[in-house]
Amino acid sequence: MSTRPLSAPDAAVEFYDFDEHDHPDGHSTMLGFWIYLMSDCLIFAILFATYAVLGGNFATGPGPRDLFELPLVALNTAMLLFSSITYGFAMLSMQKNWVGKTQFWLAVTGLFGACFLAIELYEFSHLIHIGATPQRSGFLSAFFTLVGTHGLHVTFGIIWLVTLMIQVSRKGLIQANKRRLMCLSLFWHFLDVIWIGVFTFVYLMGMLR
Amino acid sequence: MHAPIPETYSPIFGKLSLDALPLHEPILVATFAVVALGGIAVLALLTKFRLWGYLWKEWFTSVDHKKIGIMYMILGLVMFLRGFADAVMMRLQQAMAFGGSEGYLPAHHYDQIFTAHGVIMIFFVAMPFITGFMNFIVPLQIGARDVSFPFLNNFSFWMTTSGAILCMTSLFVGEFAQTGWLAYPPLSGIAYSPNVGVDYYIWSLQIAGVGTTLSGINLVCTILKMRAPGMTLMKMPVFTWTSLCANILIVASFPVLTAVLVLLGLDRYAFTNFFTNDFGGNAMMYVNLIWIWGHPEVYILILPLFGVFSEVTSTFSGKRLFGYTSMVYATICITILSYLVWLHHFFTMGSGASVNSFFGITTMVISIPTGAKLFNWLFTMYRGRIRFELPMMWTVAFMITFVIGGMTGVLLAVPPADFVLHNSLFLIAHFHNVIIGGVLFGAFAAINFWWPKAFGFKLDTFWGKVSFWCWVPGFYLAFMPLYVLGLMGVTRRMRVFDDGSLQIWFIIAGIGAAVIALGIAAMLIQFAVSIWRREELRDDTGDPWNGRTLEWATSSPPPEYNFAFTPKIHTLDSWHEMKERGCERPTSGFKAIHMPRNTGTGVILSAIALAVGFALVWHIWWLAGAGMLGLIATAITHTFNYKRDYYIPAETVAETEAARTRQLAAATGA
Repeated sequence: MSTRPLSAPDAAVEFYDFDEHDHPDGHSTMLGFWIYLMSDCLIFAILFATYAVLGGNFATGPGPRDLFELPLVALNTAMLLFSSITYGFAMLSMQKNWVGKTQFWLAVTGLFGACFLAIELYEFSHLIHIGATPQRSGFLSAFFTLVGTHGLHVTFGIIWLVTLMIQVSRKGLIQANKRRLMCLSLFWHFLDVIWIGVFTFVYLMGMLR
Repeated sequence: MHAPIPETYSPIFGKLSLDALPLHEPILVATFAVVALGGIAVLALLTKFRLWGYLWKEWFTSVDHKKIGIMYMILGLVMFLRGFADAVMMRLQQAMAFGGSEGYLPAHHYDQIFTAHGVIMIFFVAMPFITGFMNFIVPLQIGARDVSFPFLNNFSFWMTTSGAILCMTSLFVGEFAQTGWLAYPPLSGIAYSPNVGVDYYIWSLQIAGVGTTLSGINLVCTILKMRAPGMTLMKMPVFTWTSLCANILIVASFPVLTAVLVLLGLDRYAFTNFFTNDFGGNAMMYVNLIWIWGHPEVYILILPLFGVFSEVTSTFSGKRLFGYTSMVYATICITILSYLVWLHHFFTMGSGASVNSFFGITTMVISIPTGAKLFNWLFTMYRGRIRFELPMMWTVAFMITFVIGGMTGVLLAVPPADFVLHNSLFLIAHFHNVIIGGVLFGAFAAINFWWPKAFGFKLDTFWGKVSFWCWVPGFYLAFMPLYVLGLMGVTRRMRVFDDGSLQIWFIIAGIGAAVIALGIAAMLIQFAVSIWRREELRDDTGDPWNGRTLEWATSSPPPEYNFAFTPKIHTLDSWHEMKERGCERPTSGFKAIHMPRNTGTGVILSAIALAVGFALVWHIWWLAGAGMLGLIATAITHTFNYKRDYYIPAETVAETEAARTRQLAAATGA
C-alpha cells in the first residue's frame, strides 16, 4: 500500500512532526543507569538472601561474635558515610561550575573510599590469618562473598572516579562530564545504602546471634 | 568427551593440553572435520569476494538496531542447527538402546548432549531470536531512529555471540557439562564434576548474560523514552508492550542468574561452601535461586511472541485487535505472576503442603490471563476476513498446540500429580509443547511476517508451506509419545532402557524428529529459494500485508534513519489510520538527521571477554588476569571518545526519499 489518499485528507490532523528536535545527548542515560543500579541491587539482594540462609551454618567453626570487631566496623562505616557527604559537596560544586573545588572534593571522596577498602582488606586478612577463611563454613562463604562484592564495587567506583577526574581536568565540566559525575554519584550513594544493609544485617545483628 | 583429563598443570597453558582434544571420538572428529571444512570455505569465500571490510564496516561495528537485529537472528539460526543436531542424536540413542543394546553414545557423551541441547536452545537460540525481533521491530513500531544506547546494543550482541562461541568451543576442546541444563549442585560442584565441563557452562552463560542484561536495560529505556509524539503507553502496539514487559523481566531476573552462577563458580574455583553437602552448604538454595531466574525466563521467551501473534492475527484478520486493553493488562499480570511460581519446578523438595499449595495455586492463576489472551485472538479472528498466509498459519498452529501444552502445565501444577510426574518425560513433553508450540512457532510466524520488511522481498510460499506441514505434524509425532511414556513413569535423561515394550514409543518420537528435520530443511530451502527469486518476490510498497503499525509506514528495507520525519501518533494502529485518512508522505523540507556513529569497541571488548572466559575455564591465570586488565583499559579508553554521533546531511535524506518516491510510484502504477 502506498499513501495515496483513500478519502479526503483531513487537514486538521498532522501525521508527521515537521519541526522536530534531536533527542539531546544522553537523554536516557539517567533512567538507564538507574535501571542498571536496580539490577545490581538485585545481585546484592541474592547475596543478602544467601547470607540469611547460610548465616547460621557455622559447621562448628567460628561465628560472628567470635570474629567481628564492632569498633573497626564502625570506623569503616564512618569512612564510607563521610565519602558520601564529600561526594555530595563535589556535586554542589559541580552545579556551580567550580572545576577546582569539584576536583578537590572528588579527591577527598576517593581517599575516604580507599581508607574504607584498606580497613576492609585488613579485616579480611586478619580473619583469614586466624583461620576464618571463606572455605571454613557456609556462614563464612556467604560473609566474604557479600562483603567482598560490596568492596569490589567500591574498587570499581574508585577507578571510575579517577577516570572522571582525568576527564574533568581535560575537558572541564562539560555536559557529558556532568552526566557522568551524576551517574557515579548515584552509584556511590547506592553503595552507601548497601553498606547500611551490610552493617545492620551482617555486623550488628550478627553480634546478637 | 573422554576420560578425565590428567591433572597436569602448566603455568602457560593451565590445565589445557593435547589430551583435551577428543581425537579418539569418531563422531566428534567427523563433526570437527565438517565444521572446519565449512568454516574454511566460508572464510575463503569472504576473502575471495573481499567482503571483510564490508562486513566489518557495515555489520560488525554497526550500531544500527536493524542490522544488530538481523545479526541476532543469524546467530540464533546457526545455534538452532547445532541444538537440533543434539536433539536428533538423543532421539536416535533412545530409540536404539533397548534389549541389552547400549546404543551408540557412551554415557559421558550422551550426558553432555542433553545438557548442551537445553543450554543452547534456551540461551543461544530462543534468546537471540526474541532479542533479534525486539531490536529490529520495537524502534520501528514506536517511530524512533535507534535505541537509547546504540553502542551498548552492539556490545550486547557481541557478548551473546562470545558466550555462544565459548559454549561451542567445548565441543572440540575439552568437554561440556554433564549435569543437565541448570547444572544443579552438588553434581555440578567440584567434588562430582572435577573437569572443565561445568566451567564452560558457567562462563559461557556469564558472558552471554552480560549482553542479555544490558540489552534489557537498553530496550526498556528505548520504549519508555523514545516513543514518537502522541504515542501514550496505551497507544503502543501490542508487540512493543509485550517487549517492554519481557525486558523488565530480563532486568529483574538475569542478575539473579549472574549471582547464583557466581556462587557456583566460587564453590568450584575458591572451594567455598554455598552448595556443598558439608561445611554448612545448602544445595536446595541453588535450586530455589536458579528457578527464581528460570521461571521469569520462560515468560521472557514467550511474551514477545504473544505480541507477534497479536500483530499477525489483527493484520491477517483485517481488524483491530480485540480487547487491546485486556491484552495489555493480561501481559502485566503475567509479568508479575511469573515471580510467584518458581517453586512449582520442585514441589518434591519437601517444603510442605502449605507452601506447595500456594505455588500450585499461583501457577494455575497464570493460566487465566493467558486464557484471556487466547480468547482475544479468537475474537479478533471472529468475523474477520482472514487471509491464511504463512504467518497466520503458524499462529493458528500455535493456538492449538499451545492450548494443549498449557493444559498439561496446569496438570503439573497440581502438587500431588507433580509428585508422580516430576522429572518424567511428561514434563519434557509439556515444556517442549509450550516452547516449540509457542516460542518457535511464533518465531517462524515472525520471520515470515517481517522478512519482507527487513529485506524488501517476501519469502517463498510453497517451501514455507512444506516446512509448516512437516513441522506441525512432526512436532506431534515427536512429543505426544513422550506424554504417554511419562505417564508410564519413564524419567528424563535416560540413556538405556530395560523394558522392551517402551521402544515403539521412542521409535515414533524418532520418526517425528525426522519429520521435523524435513521441516527445517524445507525452511532453509525456503530462505535460499526466496533469495534466489528475490526479484519476483520483491515488495516495493513497504507494506506487503496491509499492516497496521508504524514499521510498515517506511520503505523495505527501511533507510538507516527509519523515518525522514518522525510520525505523530493519534490512535492505536497508527499506520492503519494514516492510510484511512489519506495521509500524504512528505516529499520535501528534509533536515539533517542526527545519528550514532559506528564503533568497533563492542567487538574488541567481547573478544577479550571470550579470551578471559576460555582462560578461566582452563585455569590459565596469566591470560585471565591480562584479559581483565585489557577489558578495563578498553572500556576506559572508550569513555575518552566524546564524538559518538554525526549528521546525515539533508541532501542525502532528500535523495533517499526521492528514490523512495519513484519506487512507490512504480509500485502503485501512479
